[in-house]
Amino acid sequence: MYSDKVMDHFEHPRNVGEIDNASGSGTVGNAKCGDIMKMDIKVENGVIVDAKFKTFGCCAAVATSSMATEMIKGKTIEEALALTNKQVMDELGGLPPVKIHCSVLAEESIRAALEDYQKKHA
Amino acid sequence: MNHKMIYLDNAATTAVRPEVLDAMLPWFSAHYGNPSSIHAAGREAKIAVETARKQVAAAIGALPQEIYFTGCGSESDNWAIRGLADVAKGRHIITSAIEHHAVLHTCEYLEKKGYEVTYLPVDEYGFVSPQAVKDAIRGDTILITVMTANNEIGTVEPIAEIGAIAKEAGIPFHTDAVQAVGAIPVDVNAMNVDMLSMSAHKLGGPKGVGALYVRKGLRISPFIFGGAQEHNRRAGTENLASIVGMGKAIEIAAAELEEHGKRLTKLRDKLIGGVLKTIPDVRLNGHPTQRLPNNFNMCFRYIEGESLLMRLDLAGVEGSSGSACTSGSLDPSHVLLAIGLPHEIAHGSLRLTLGLDTTQEDIDYVLSKLPGIVQVLRDMSPLYHMDKAKENA
Ligand SMILES: Cc1ncc(COP(=O)(O)O)c(C=O)c1O
Ligand SMILES: [Zn+2]
Repeated sequence: MYSDKVMDHFEHPRNVGEIDNASGSGTVGNAKCGDIMKMDIKVENGVIVDAKFKTFGCCAAVATSSMATEMIKGKTIEEALALTNKQVMDELGGLPPVKIHCSVLAEESIRAALEDYQKKHA
Repeated sequence: MNHKMIYLDNAATTAVRPEVLDAMLPWFSAHYGNPSSIHAAGREAKIAVETARKQVAAAIGALPQEIYFTGCGSESDNWAIRGLADVAKGRHIITSAIEHHAVLHTCEYLEKKGYEVTYLPVDEYGFVSPQAVKDAIRGDTILITVMTANNEIGTVEPIAEIGAIAKEAGIPFHTDAVQAVGAIPVDVNAMNVDMLSMSAHKLGGPKGVGALYVRKGLRISPFIFGGAQEHNRRAGTENLASIVGMGKAIEIAAAELEEHGKRLTKLRDKLIGGVLKTIPDVRLNGHPTQRLPNNFNMCFRYIEGESLLMRLDLAGVEGSSGSACTSGSLDPSHVLLAIGLPHEIAHGSLRLTLGLDTTQEDIDYVLSKLPGIVQVLRDMSPLYHMDKAKENA
């Protein structure tokens, strides 16, 4: 039911962990619905140089977190803000329809981390 | 992957036993008569169906004429409840909060039709209280339906006591025994039940065939209109080979019940004990002893069930979970919520249900893999990190 790419990111998630003194961090979702994502980013000269995540959630949630961190690294704040959930899913080769709601957290957590960064640096 | 797959999802379905398959095969093409036909081919098919009916009846202490073959356990549940509601005078039904959806959704359907349903709560182990059943009875109660054993947490309900209460009140009592038949002793008279649902694929038989026991003298409406099959109550040319398979499977399961029950209970307890010893922040769901011999169900705090299942699957172990993400809904299992678990803990459940071919080595293998898998998932869980930080503060 999951694509090979999803399984690869689930089995070998990239960028798991936390960043000490992160430039921005955001936590979204809640335990009630079964998915929580925490995203830390490190920004230098307006560019995201590092991103790490921790996720409590299903295979789809883990894979989208992992892929999303890969996709925002090296991007400017503006570019990262423009990243959509759909782009992350497409990059993963799609997700089963019932799993789409688990994947929106990746986009939301990036946005939350970026907003945190912007607040701190306003 | 060099390890064979270890199938620990026997509550979902079981393999057809080789003896059962052998018994079924001739009835597909060598002997394919229609049991309703008058000629020799029809007569031998009829005899095969009636033999299976006797086998099913014997396994639960019933009379052959009290057994009706159906298309599955869900159909048996649907029929028992709707068939009774159709003919009964009164509009109130008593059931429990932890029933299988085949019962719950049928009750919800009847609620839309104007019936009133009491969904009794359960305690932390998943037990329905017989006293609560008694207290829920009203003048217009037409049916009590409580499952014999729960499919998720394995809790074995006090069916005989509930049955005695129903009998005293003169209210028909149905039990969904789909997980119980073939696993623990079931006797319709000792348990005081008037209707009982069974399914072949949970006990070494084929999928797509079940049976409903209906006590002699109890009236329920027919489920499928048409020919005269199943005493005019469930029309349709019989699923001959599958019915033969169900008869054979239930006969063997009943004969080996004690032996397998003892063996599986030992393996189950080894698995539960092993997890409790090696992994912190876990809880057993269901009762430690009043549970199906093959049922393991535990919650692993801070992690989500589907991730756990998928990692176990990658390690060669097949199980199931009550997390929201495995059901495709937003809520975790209604059974885990009914025993009082908070959502975040219910999401982290793992059910492993052992089978005939489960070995000591299989259990050892699971116990060798599980702690590492749980730790990997906890290490990537923001909840684990937050809670541990709090504890250390
Ligand atoms: C308790 C219980 N009732 C009913 C059913 C439905 O049985 P079937 O799959 O034969 O429709 C199941 C199987 O999942 C079950 O575990
Ligand atoms: Zn999910």
